[in-house]
Order: sequence, then structure tokens, then C-alpha cells
Amino acid sequence: MMKKKHFSILCILALVFSVICPVNALADESTGDDTYTYNLDYWGDVQDSPDFYTVCKVFTSSELGLETKMKSPEGLFVYQNFLYVCDTGNNRILEFERISSEKLELRRTIDSFEGDDNNTFNAPTDVAVSVEGNFFVADKGNARILKLDQKLNLLQIFVKPVDNTLDATIPFQPSKLAIDTAERVYCIATGINKGLIKYEPDGTFSGFVGATKVTFDFLDYVWKKLATQEQRAQMESFVPTEYDNVYMDHEGFVYACTGAVTREDLRADKAQAIRKINLMGNDILVRNGEWGIYGDIHMGSGGGYEGPSYFSDVTVFPNDIFICLDRNRGRLFGYDDQGHMVFAFGGNGNMDGYFRRPVAIEHYDQDVYVLDTLDCAITVFVPTEFGSMVYKAVDQFDQGDYNASGESWERVVQINGNYDLAYIGIGRARLRQERYKEAMEYFEVKYDDENYSKAFKQYRKEWVEDHIAIIVLIILALFLVPMGIGRIKAIKHEIDTDELFTR
Amino acid sequence: MIEALTRKENWIRYLNSLKFALYCMTHPLDGFWDLTHERRGTYAGANTILIATLMVRLMTLRYTSFLFIQVYWEDVNIFLYLASVLFPLALWVIGNWALTTLFDGKGRLGQVYIATCYGLTPYPVIQFPLMVLSNFVTIEEGQFYSVLSIISLIYCALLIVTAMGQIHEYSAGKNLLFTVATLFAMLVMIFILTIFFSMISQGVLYMISLVREFLFRL
Repeated sequence: MMKKKHFSILCILALVFSVICPVNALADESTGDDTYTYNLDYWGDVQDSPDFYTVCKVFTSSELGLETKMKSPEGLFVYQNFLYVCDTGNNRILEFERISSEKLELRRTIDSFEGDDNNTFNAPTDVAVSVEGNFFVADKGNARILKLDQKLNLLQIFVKPVDNTLDATIPFQPSKLAIDTAERVYCIATGINKGLIKYEPDGTFSGFVGATKVTFDFLDYVWKKLATQEQRAQMESFVPTEYDNVYMDHEGFVYACTGAVTREDLRADKAQAIRKINLMGNDILVRNGEWGIYGDIHMGSGGGYEGPSYFSDVTVFPNDIFICLDRNRGRLFGYDDQGHMVFAFGGNGNMDGYFRRPVAIEHYDQDVYVLDTLDCAITVFVPTEFGSMVYKAVDQFDQGDYNASGESWERVVQINGNYDLAYIGIGRARLRQERYKEAMEYFEVKYDDENYSKAFKQYRKEWVEDHIAIIVLIILALFLVPMGIGRIKAIKHEIDTDELFTR
Repeated sequence: MIEALTRKENWIRYLNSLKFALYCMTHPLDGFWDLTHERRGTYAGANTILIATLMVRLMTLRYTSFLFIQVYWEDVNIFLYLASVLFPLALWVIGNWALTTLFDGKGRLGQVYIATCYGLTPYPVIQFPLMVLSNFVTIEEGQFYSVLSIISLIYCALLIVTAMGQIHEYSAGKNLLFTVATLFAMLVMIFILTIFFSMISQGVLYMISLVREFLFRL
């Protein structure tokens, strides 16, 4: 995005000459409502795309074989080949075994456990399973986080952290959980905006991590300074926003998303809809894409929905592609490890593949599971040929198999000629194969200046090495020819003025 | 006409006047004084420089490396793009002449035009090689592009301001004052033009609807 800023500065200067500068025009405001799957190109224009994921099956309560129907379920978790659903309204957790993409079998209905007087759940909102197989349940209504073993014996209870900065009167409402390999608990609690609550494996509270940056504009700040105590109390306070959901990726980084962001803050890069938090609590998400990682960039109102995408959950694949779930427009947005959009699809509605209020997303292998809290249904998406080819190409590149990756990307281009990542992917494969000229062409088509420069640098070096003889000759000629002419002229002058001839 | 074109001394005068543009670039005070007072500048030369500026401006769109300029071709209108040079130029020339002629300015309208066009010389002279060179560098080496590009614009602006001072025989302070005044005059003209066009279009629309009504009733 930097070079665009450069260009706009140039444009402002060009105003000395120009009133209108049509080059810098923005893309038209289409919202992508026309197709199910789409992508954004370099200019931010919506490009129609073949489906990346397609609905394999929608599991409703009856199809899952449940006697009591699910009631506003909120949590979803995949552990090995088990799928856990937090059936919040019925105070229970459902354990399904994933037989295949089309088949989920109910194994257990967990509604109580051993080892405590209060041995039932009250509105549990999230469940997570550690590597050792212990359950962690955010028992929101009972203001506690439970750690249970596979046989449902209570191992530990995590309660409200004792901290001076926390208001003791506010009830503790843990809503979402992430567990790392050492069984540290990262928790989001309703009403606590200092970041993620972090518990050590022994249950002690060890601090808040990764609070969002506080955003305010200067004018508000000045107003607040001038206002009286009472007026100030009435004003909106500058506080960090709460996260909506967390996900622990395979490397131990926590992905946290929030929907409480405004369009202006997102566009000004002041707020982040999604962050990748390291142990220090810093955001290390790579944002090299042309457009920000906040879902729809065209936020025109349509069908009663407006404003930015509301990310309610995120899931991360082993190849660092992550999928964000937009509760506002019922869409799924995939981004790669560099922050480029891989796909976007979905919508609000009642058909298969559309949602009313999607709240949780999980993946098994390449299948994606989405839980809708109003429909009380789990939708299973499987990648199409196009989707799996993209994944294949990404994986092959990560494994260093550049030839195969290039071929896979070429196959992707055959399916979808408007797919920018494919052209850049072919270019990167060509770059590794040292076919620089071709790489440059692919990068130029999709305006990838960094990679183009890399390829061009090598190409230029090769060219100079190949043509070194000619270059030296030309440079010599540039010096020798004028010198020679000067010499001849001098001789001629000498002859002309020589006494021998003038006499 | 044909006779004028075939006469050799006309061509020599034209070429000399073009060459003089380069002298003006490097010796603005001396050069722009001689431009009008010694009649070293010609309309042909001024037009050539203006056309060269327009051509280079168009060519940079297509031939500059995409590392520096990314063009959204769907929205490019060549005529609007050319007008983005011609329209401010016309406003400047007319505005400057209209003001200075009231305040002891010695330059005539044509001379203001010639001097302004001669002041544009650095644009093609710097931008054209820059455009060619941009295709032989990487993004890391590209810093010079934006710097030189901005320099070419500032250079032009300084030359034009200097030129106005010289042809009107103004002191430096008076020259600066009238530069600012001319910019204001341009704004006023834009304002009036906008009103004028909206009035005209309203009038035309009124007549059209009147005629439609007539035809409907007949």
C-alpha cells in the first residue's frame, strides 16, 4: 500500500498542472452480491470466481439423531476425529465422531461430570480439548472454567482472576477458550477488555495478553480534556475492544478476532479485525496484501446488512491459511500466510451454504465446519477441484517442490483466469526455476512489484553477464571514437598549418 | 504558407528558439528576459514544448514501469487527461495576463503564453529519460524516481514564476504577489465557469422541456 501513497503524493503535486487526475480513480462500489464465491483483485474490484468450497451436507438436530433439539449452540471444536458442539441452550456438550465428510455419529452427550457438588453446566459457551485429551469447558453461567479428563472427572477449576484492576462486583463470564500444548488457558470473558486472560497449567492467573490498541481521535481527546467530570462520565470512554473469539494454531500462536471495529478505523489501519498474538502479546499477523484483512472492503448496505464484516470466529490450517467467519453477511474469508485473500464466499439466507447467524468455524483436514446458532445446524464444506488445487499448489510450494507447484498453479489458472494468487504463484515457481523473464511477465500482470524486482534483478544480472563483451565494446567506442576524431582533426590541422604545405 | 515553410531561415529561427528553451532552463533570469525583449522565443517553439509535454505525460502512463505508476485503464480518458494540463495552463495564461495588464505588466497575452510554455521545458526533459530509466531498475533502487519526478514539477513551477517576473519587468516581491493573485484569479474563473455551465445546461433543459410540452400538446 505504500507505493499507492507515494503515487497520491505525486498526484497532489501534479495538481500544479492538473485539476483532474483520472489515473488514481477508485474501483466501483460493487458489493459482490452477484456470485457466491468471489475474490478481490489488485484494484479491489470484485472478481467472480468458481466455487472454492461447496456444501457437502447440512447437519440439523434430526439428522444428527438428537432427541432434544439443539438450542442456540455457540461452540465448536475438532479434536482428532471427534467434533464437539457446545449446546449452550441445553447446558450440554455433544461429542460426535466424524466418520466421513457426510457422516457424523453421536458418541456421547455430556451434561454432567464427577468431582464437584455443582456437577452440571450452566450455559457453556465453548469447549476445547488439549493435546493430552483433557476437556476445558467455559461454564459461563457458573462463572468458571472446568478441566475434565476423558472420563469426565473434574481435574481443576479456573475461577475469576484476582487482580486489582478488575472490578470485583462484575460477574466472571468466560465465553471462549484456547488451550496451548502445555495446557495454559487463554480465555475471553465478557466484560473484560484488557485482553486474553491467561492461566498457567496449575491454575494461577498470570496476566492479560494482547489487549487491542485503544483508538481515539484527537478531537475527542481535546473535548474530553475540556469537559467537566459529569460530562466526561456521559461520553464514550477510550477503552480497548473485547475479542469475540480465539483459536490456537498448530504453532502455538493465538488468533483472536473481534467484530467491534468501525469502517473508518479499519480503513485507516487503526483497528484490526483479526490479530495473531505471540507469547509477548504482540500482533504478528503478516499483512502484505493489497487490501486489509477485514473481510469485505466494499461495505455498501445491501439486503439490510451494512458496515464492516463482523468476524465471529477463525480457524487456521497447518499451511497458515486461515478462514474468518463473518457474522454480519454470513461469509467466509480465507487469507494466506502473507495476508492475501484466498477466497470469499457465502451469504445470508436459508439455503444450504447460507447462514442466519454463524458463530463458530472449525476444520478437519480441508473440510470446514460452520455452526449456525439460529439455525442450530452444522454446515460442512468440502473444497472443490479448484479449492483443492489451490491448497495443493500452496503446500507444494511450502515443501519446496517448485516445479509441481507451478504446474498446480497453471491448472488453477485454467479453472479461474481471474485468480491473482495463481499468477503470482506461477511467477514464484518460475523465479525458483531461474526462468526470470517468464517470472517477470507473470508478476507484471498482477502488479507484484516486490517479486518482480527480485526476478528483474536476476534477469538484469544475467543479461549483463551475457552481453559483457558488447557493453565493454560500446563503452570503449564511446571513449575511443571521439578521441580518434580529435586526433585525426589535430593531424589534419597540423598538416594544414604546416609550413611545408602553406609555403 | 508553403513559401514560409520552405524558407530556410524560418526553420533556423525555429530550431534556435527551441534550443533557447534549454538555455532558459539553466539561465532563467537572463533567458526569460531575452525571450521577449530580444524576441528569442517563437510561438512554434512554445507549441512544440507544450505538445512534447502532453506527449510525455501520455507516454508515462503507458511506458513507465508498473513499479512506479499503476494505471487503472478502465477509468483513463485521454482527453480529460490532456485537459488536466491544458485547462490549468489556459486559466493561468489568461488570469495572469488579465491581472498584470492592469498593473504595469509589460508582457502581452501571447508573450505570457510563450513564456509559460518555455517554463514547462523541464517536464519533458526530465520525465522522458526518467520514464525510459524506470524500466531498468528494481523497486529498491526506485527512490530516485519519485524524487526526480517531484523535482521536475517544482523546477517547472519555479521557471514559470521567474518567467512571469521577467516578461512583466516586475520586482521579486511584486512577482510573488501576482503569482498568488493569479492563482486566486484561476479559482475565480473556475467558479464562474462552473456557474456558467450549470446555468447553460439548466437553460437548455428548460428549452427542451418546453419544446417537448409543445409537441405533446400539438
